Amino acid sequence: MNAVPDLIQPVFDFLNLPDWLRLVAWTVMTAVMMFLTIIIFMAFLTLAERRVIGSMQARIGPNRIRLFGLPYFRGLAQPFADVIKLMFKEIILPTGSNKFLFILAPLLTAIPALATWAVMPFWPGFTVANVDAGLLYILALTSTGVYGVILAGWASNSKYAFLGAMRAAAQVVAYEIAMGFALVGVVMAAGSLNLGQIISAQSGGISNWFFIWLFPLFIIYFISGIAETNRAPFDVVEGESEIVAGFHVDYSGMAFALFFVAEYINMILISALTSIFFLGGWLSPFAGVESLPAILTTSGLHWLVFKICFFLFCFLWFRATFPRYRYDQIMRLGWKVFIPLTLVWITVEAVLAVMKIGPFARLMAN
Amino acid sequence: MLQNYLPILIFLGVATGLSLLLLGLGFGFGALFGIRKPYAEKQSTYECGFEPFEDSRIKFDVRYYLVAILFIVFDLEIAFLFPWAVSLSKIGAVGIAAVGIFLLILVVGFIYEWKKGALEWD
Repeated sequence: MNAVPDLIQPVFDFLNLPDWLRLVAWTVMTAVMMFLTIIIFMAFLTLAERRVIGSMQARIGPNRIRLFGLPYFRGLAQPFADVIKLMFKEIILPTGSNKFLFILAPLLTAIPALATWAVMPFWPGFTVANVDAGLLYILALTSTGVYGVILAGWASNSKYAFLGAMRAAAQVVAYEIAMGFALVGVVMAAGSLNLGQIISAQSGGISNWFFIWLFPLFIIYFISGIAETNRAPFDVVEGESEIVAGFHVDYSGMAFALFFVAEYINMILISALTSIFFLGGWLSPFAGVESLPAILTTSGLHWLVFKICFFLFCFLWFRATFPRYRYDQIMRLGWKVFIPLTLVWITVEAVLAVMKIGPFARLMAN
Repeated sequence: MLQNYLPILIFLGVATGLSLLLLGLGFGFGALFGIRKPYAEKQSTYECGFEPFEDSRIKFDVRYYLVAILFIVFDLEIAFLFPWAVSLSKIGAVGIAAVGIFLLILVVGFIYEWKKGALEWD
């Protein structure tokens, strides 16, 4: 629960609000500010994607639209131009579609992507909803996202959309199991479902971060995350060379924009969660090193943002590097490689705990 | 305790509001500036320029059902493992042995599925 800051109290005094309403009002303000920040971050992520992949393919990328005519950073205002363009596009409602579900689907995709951020620990001591079941809440909401995709494919009444939705459902479901098993390993090591406590369980230097002892789970979690967000090389859901655009082929204008926003926010979310579960979230890797400047050794938001940016760059890098997987290869990787691997590593972790070897010795109190 | 969950409810509410606002802007501008000009060809189902033939709710592969059923089994397994993983320091070696038996039974099932070809996709 975040307390109402002193700066804003006079405003609430002036409005003569009761105490409980102050807390609600402040939480609403936090939510709006956080969502706007995330959406602006996401807007620049789309620009970064085009620029980074442009550089990797030896071309320039968007470089025309300047922010307020500033001479530097050409192309910086490209995301805003895209948003304005999308706002003024017609939203087409196909005749054969189920209108209600057709409108509901983008909402169902975008709402969980935004609401998940409520339990995210951003810096030491700041979590909007510091709940003990934070990890369960995140798992529940991220798996709700697939309903939007299935509904979109079903409601469009188009063959491409339908095939895309079927593929999306089977793929997301297969990788969610690998993801869940990887998280069981993390919860075992941390002993808590609270995201803040998962981070504090990793404090005390880089050697305590979970990615060292849970390295296979770390790799599996991130790759499953890429598959969950339907990004390349697992993007057969959209597969533009065979089913045009997959589940959102019949969407246009802001209805399409909501799917787009949700996809990119989910990328940021997966990056943030990977940082929190395996790379210590806001913890600094140089904690306790005296000779470095203070900003490098203190834990804080800047480290979380740095780690998120690193994983986002990996997302873009993979898209530029790997060719698309075939669908049967995707299913084989999910069921026959990742699930056995995670099961084995959970067993190894449990055996190490019983034998009191390595950092898992502290799991056994008696 | 339960008070901690209030921000989650508020976040869900604000997220719903923001998504509705974005979608509303699209429809609002469409109505305001007369962008919305629907006609039969534009609103027909997109099928690469062909006239759409037959219903698109076609028969699909039974494997999708199979994957969904397997998913339920494994997802429940994970749901059982989470409380065990949280309380590992309290239940000790006995707890690990108990879950070992539980996992063993499921692994036997997993091997059976594998050998039966339920995980094949070609």
